[in-house]
Amino acid sequence: MSSLSNKIQDVFNEPGCGKNQAKSEKERKKGCTKQLQPGGAAGGCAFDGAKIALQPITDVAHLVHGPIACEGNSWDNRGSKSSGSNLWRTGFTTDINETDVVFGGEKRLFKSIREVIEKYDPPAVFVYQTCVPAMIGDDIEAVCKAASKKFGKPVVPVNSPGFVGPKNLGNKLAGEALLDYVIGTEEPEYTTPYDINIIGEYNLSGELWQVKPLLDELGIRILACISGDAKYRDIACSHRARAAMMVCSKSMINIARKMEERYGIPFFEGSFYGIGDTSDALRQISRLLIERGAPAELMARTEALIAREEARAWAAIEPYKKRLTGKKVLLITGGVKSWSVVAALQESGMEVVGTSVKKSTKEDKERIKELMGEDAHMIEDMTPREMYKMLKEAKADIMLSGGRSQFVALKAKMPWLDINQERHHAYMGYVGMVELVKEIDKALYNPIWEQVRKRAPWEESTWEDVADSAIAAEAAALAANPELAREKRRSTPVCNCKSVLRGAIEDAIVEHGLTTADAVSEKTLAGTGCGSCKGKLEKILETMDHWHAETGKTGTQAQQAA
Amino acid sequence: MATVITPKKSCTVNPLKMSQPIGSALAFMGIRNCMPLFHGSQGCTSFGLVLFVRHFKEAIPLQTTAMSEVATVLGGLENVEQAIITIANRQKPSIIGISSTGVTETKGDDVDAFIKLIREKHPELDHITLVYVSTPDFKGAFQDGWAKTVTRLVEQLVEPVPNSAPRLPNRVNLLPGAHVTPGDIDELRDVLEAFGLEVLVLPDLSGSLDGHIPDDFTPTTLGGISLEEIAGLGRSAHTIAVGEQMRAAAEALEAKTGVPYTLFDRLTGLEPNDRLISLCARISRRPVPTKIRRQRGQLVDAMLDAHFHFGGKKIAIGAEPDLLWTLSEWARELGAETAAAVTTTASPLLDRIATEEVLIGDLEDLEARAAGCDLLMTHSHGRQAAERLKIPFYRIGIPMFDRLGAAHQTIVGYRGTRNLTFEIANMFIANGHEPTPETWYRPKETEHAGAAAVAAH
Repeated sequence: MSSLSNKIQDVFNEPGCGKNQAKSEKERKKGCTKQLQPGGAAGGCAFDGAKIALQPITDVAHLVHGPIACEGNSWDNRGSKSSGSNLWRTGFTTDINETDVVFGGEKRLFKSIREVIEKYDPPAVFVYQTCVPAMIGDDIEAVCKAASKKFGKPVVPVNSPGFVGPKNLGNKLAGEALLDYVIGTEEPEYTTPYDINIIGEYNLSGELWQVKPLLDELGIRILACISGDAKYRDIACSHRARAAMMVCSKSMINIARKMEERYGIPFFEGSFYGIGDTSDALRQISRLLIERGAPAELMARTEALIAREEARAWAAIEPYKKRLTGKKVLLITGGVKSWSVVAALQESGMEVVGTSVKKSTKEDKERIKELMGEDAHMIEDMTPREMYKMLKEAKADIMLSGGRSQFVALKAKMPWLDINQERHHAYMGYVGMVELVKEIDKALYNPIWEQVRKRAPWEESTWEDVADSAIAAEAAALAANPELAREKRRSTPVCNCKSVLRGAIEDAIVEHGLTTADAVSEKTLAGTGCGSCKGKLEKILETMDHWHAETGKTGTQAQQAA
Repeated sequence: MATVITPKKSCTVNPLKMSQPIGSALAFMGIRNCMPLFHGSQGCTSFGLVLFVRHFKEAIPLQTTAMSEVATVLGGLENVEQAIITIANRQKPSIIGISSTGVTETKGDDVDAFIKLIREKHPELDHITLVYVSTPDFKGAFQDGWAKTVTRLVEQLVEPVPNSAPRLPNRVNLLPGAHVTPGDIDELRDVLEAFGLEVLVLPDLSGSLDGHIPDDFTPTTLGGISLEEIAGLGRSAHTIAVGEQMRAAAEALEAKTGVPYTLFDRLTGLEPNDRLISLCARISRRPVPTKIRRQRGQLVDAMLDAHFHFGGKKIAIGAEPDLLWTLSEWARELGAETAAAVTTTASPLLDRIATEEVLIGDLEDLEARAAGCDLLMTHSHGRQAAERLKIPFYRIGIPMFDRLGAAHQTIVGYRGTRNLTFEIANMFIANGHEPTPETWYRPKETEHAGAAAVAAH
């Protein structure tokens, strides 16, 4: 395990991560892992993250070493698409039993690797470590090494057991496995000055293929996409690319940065979501390739293609724009999609009324703020009821989110569109943007909404009416009773990691005369978990005049009453 | 009579089996205002959550103690305590159903002892019921987790009743197995209510995961049986258990309260439903209602019409023991043969299945044995095998993530049996081979293909 903890430290030290750069040595050591709250956590584990990152490699056998839960409950559940092998969709697991837990699972793992190679003859086997074998001390690195030697095939250990952290960390540990065992181990048949890597793109719903024709037309070759629709060999040869684009925000920054360091491949961070972003990404690719020696005429061809495609996309969107302008979109998602989709929606005339940034890094949030203006409404950790209230108050016409919040939206009879991994539509590039607009239009104007929102003829009121009157009654009660409003405000959770309520923070500020968010953190522990509530702390400090005056008043009233 | 075999291979390929904890969590989801909680790393919960969301197309309440590596090594008392407190504050459930996982079982966390300590320390949580079930991932399968949980619920929550106590003559308990869908439960409730019987269902997914628009949002389960109703199960006149897996729970209920039980190892097919209806008539002391008589007639007619298409058909089934038994018996009664049977876990039913061998294995095994079959019946993960084998594929069981209406798939009762029979007969009809001039040529090669299929076993 010591090598794993070193690896995790190494990932935490990522110098390519701006957020990391801003931290002190001590803070960095603690890592960027959000402290998970028992009973209040959502999201996948590090194993999940590692598997998500690597599973799109299509011709590899992905073997999960663990009890049935890790693979049995989740296999073949990703929307990545393959242009060739479907082996990646085959679920391989050692399905360890009680005996293995007692005596160790290494032998079963070794035999499993043998069976997989004998039956399926993949170019490589990726072996994923999980919690239980990690606890009992199964050394998957040693088993993989022995198996690799014995069978003459790459057997790659992916050491990212679930309990070391969240998905995001798993993405990076998966990247480390590629860097350590795959990238640079084979040579391409030939290279061109137009070879690029695309890093952090998983080809969900085949979206990469919405962009590939553009690159093909420019003569730009995707040497390796890490990891959507990739073959093992592509990735093994990827060190010969001239430039790289990193798409999925920060999830695979370590690959991009270390490939720059080791092989001198420059990279940029870009997005293919949205018309403007796609054009920028194409320009950046061409720019980097030209810097690395590609003929300068590439840029002129790129600009010509951009002009043509943009015009085509706008023309396709035009008929929808009329129908969509002024429609309010409530965006609830995290990570890459937040910032890239916001731009896309604004391009088609819609107004974005809020976004949740659960998974996003601080920079993602900054970008959203930049794109959406200062009024960006950040929504963290919402309960379904609050979500209904918000849909209502935001007067949103449609909600875009990941699969999990789907049913809350639908039960609130709100048009909804899936923009996360589970989605069935591809939204990348110029054509993808047109697709997204079409889908939003289809969802918004479907005739069911009118029907389902009507109450049954024999019903006095719909449940929405009931909820509405409850919300109204609550608001009225708060307005009529400042003490109640104060209590309500004070009982709002501010820091979910450390379970700190607003009241405790207000008291600490008043009692100790605190003036900075850091000082508040020190006194109350708020903001010492994931740190995402620091902004809220600042806001509380800024607005002190308002709430403190109130506190003082009610205090006086209380004294008078006494 | 079948031979039950476990393959000698080390690597499971294309799992059929799912883990015990998620079976356990699903059982908890049939209780009103419940929050199921996994004691394990957050991935254990996340995978289960996604699986159920994709199957039921519903928001799923499921929480985690979010065990980190360090917490796992040191023991999870603090995490369990914190999780319970957080859930109590946020979701305010009446009951938290805790299931262990592989990680915490490997460490050996004694959750029963944890709960005792937490109870002592937090009297303010007294109003919340805590039920713990040990469900290591590396043992048993989905239906085992379900069955264990229902048994535990009976043992812990049902109020004991002396044998001689007066009972509600028109109330029956229904204990459905993990393979009984919300639609199935609705169908059985319909049948029982036709006799004027009132039904309490434990667990009742028909109220919680049947896909309905709720009266209000709750962060916990949306419906299901209440704790008061569970406590009062002992006052019912009779218990009907569906699936061999429910025997332990039915026995526990009888031992505790004296409520006699009748176990139906399946309720798909004419004969078992005749027994159910006779039982209902006996309990209710009412004649069989016209509606039910008509349904029986319709099933008999359906069987007559369908048998032409079922005779001699070979079916490959991959399912948990109770569902495998249900489907293979139903197919046998229509003249079809279970040519390949793969299941997930041990059950006394397995060697009674009318096939040569039953394999406790995976979908790779099923695929190898299903070559030459006329139909594949398993959960959605069979889709790749069906595509490769080019045989019709009927999705049944959990998970069913690539079709809608999983919760409403109904195969019990006369009506459910009738619908299933028609549906499958239609698949056979749709996939019937049109004769060509070559159909009757080259019988040798056909034989050869048959021999190859046998050899592939």
